[in-house]
Amino acid sequence: MQEALRFRLPDAEPLDRADFIAQARRLRRASSAPSHGLALTIRGLRKSFGDHEVLRGIDLHVPAGQFVAVVGRSGCGKSTLLRLIAGLETIDAGTISFSEETRPEDVRVMFQEPRLLPWARVISNVEVGLGRDRTSSGGRERAEKALIEVGLGDKRAQWPSVLSGGQKQRVALARALVSDPRVLAFDEPLGALDALTRISMQRLLDRVWRDQAFTAILVTHDVSEAVALADRVLVIEDGRIAHDVNVDIPRPRERGSADLAALEGSILRHLLQTADSP
Amino acid sequence: MSLVESLPRLRGLRLPRADGLIPWIVPAAIVLVWQVACVTGFVPARVLPAPSDVALAGWKLLLSGELARNIWVSFWRASAGFLIGGGIGFAFGLANGLSRLSTRLTDTTLQMVRNIPHLALIPLVILWFGIDESAKLFLVALGVFFPIYLNTLHGIRTVDPQLIEMGRIYGMNDRELFRRVILPGALPSIFVGLRFALGIMWLTLIVAETIAASSGLGYMAMQAREFMQIDVVVLSILIYALLGKLADSASRALERLTLSWHPAFQKH
Repeated sequence: MQEALRFRLPDAEPLDRADFIAQARRLRRASSAPSHGLALTIRGLRKSFGDHEVLRGIDLHVPAGQFVAVVGRSGCGKSTLLRLIAGLETIDAGTISFSEETRPEDVRVMFQEPRLLPWARVISNVEVGLGRDRTSSGGRERAEKALIEVGLGDKRAQWPSVLSGGQKQRVALARALVSDPRVLAFDEPLGALDALTRISMQRLLDRVWRDQAFTAILVTHDVSEAVALADRVLVIEDGRIAHDVNVDIPRPRERGSADLAALEGSILRHLLQTADSP
Repeated sequence: MSLVESLPRLRGLRLPRADGLIPWIVPAAIVLVWQVACVTGFVPARVLPAPSDVALAGWKLLLSGELARNIWVSFWRASAGFLIGGGIGFAFGLANGLSRLSTRLTDTTLQMVRNIPHLALIPLVILWFGIDESAKLFLVALGVFFPIYLNTLHGIRTVDPQLIEMGRIYGMNDRELFRRVILPGALPSIFVGLRFALGIMWLTLIVAETIAASSGLGYMAMQAREFMQIDVVVLSILIYALLGKLADSASRALERLTLSWHPAFQKH
């Protein structure tokens, strides 16, 4: 099964799009600074809901442009960490700071659910992502560009209800990307997708991260996804960072390669050990 | 050319036109049976006049101008009462859907009033307003207020909180959030309220006009009863049915227009 997937997927993307993307990538590299992303520093972060302390002192530095994956068992606080970084919850104690002053458009979140407005066409849903620039001229062009970037240029006039789950999630990605964010937080964005769609979405995430050079924080329960995409994997246990693993495997990474499998195995062992010892 | 070959083409030609007629087959059949039953004397004319007699009565009233005047009076009362009651209901629905303070202030009161059948107020309304226009408007407005209020409130309360959070994250201010997320999300429910309200609107008007009025369709029917003009009585009932259907079609058309995004309204 794994083998079959690996051999069939590479030619799923048409060539002309790959060319287009390569060209866009060259243009972007030429025009922007080495890293467009922001560095992120977290000190002594704590968060409780009622009596339950979800995060018990998180210290973390993420260099600009790094791709960090956060894994852990359900309820370990990984989603809370992400929501705090995205400013969706209030901090109880500690600080979260970015290397530069941020505008709301600089930090974007993508959720497990696409959260598209069912009553707005695909292109209008992407335009929502422009934030305060919504009314400025050129918004439509930027939205169209973002849609092309995720491979849905031909779906712009559709209602979200006719799209598949994977397509909806790609529209949500375009909406997150359209404001050219410097930090992008993903909360299990592929959790609700089927295996094949997951893999093509992982490729897409990998590609846009390399194109746009934002700092990426991916919360996931899928360790293989974490090692396939991230530079660094954080394992959270009981509201603390239990392990901080660097993924020194060159890109593009080949799914199912021995290196990735070995790393995945060791991270899974960490997770399972604490699961078994009460 | 064989018959089999020409069949698919026949279907293609006829079905689209026939589609629009299908809902009218049953009413047409009823009218036909009714006519036959009356003409053969199976149903005496004193009990139920033949459709042709009803049509004739309608034609006479139309010529005298009485029919048009009465329809217009009833239509005016219905729409004015509907706009007033529906408008106030919508406003309260919005206010209570969006503001907790407003809900705490007014919702309990409204729920108490809601449990009084509004037609039970007729004696009181006659004492207050006599058989004036305002009496009918008051009753209709009161009748349509609640379905619109309740469904607007329900619609706003049930807008997906994840979408509201999304809107906030993407920097929508309160006005944008209302216009782009909350109102469109509440619209399907508001339309349910609208169609309920249209039904109640006619019901209230008929009762109000038969009990206390000096014009309008209900009055026309009551007067015809005094003179034993059973054809006019049946005619008024039929016109009510027709107006009700018209109002329902109008709200459906509006629904299709504004809810074209909804999977239930998409043409395949």
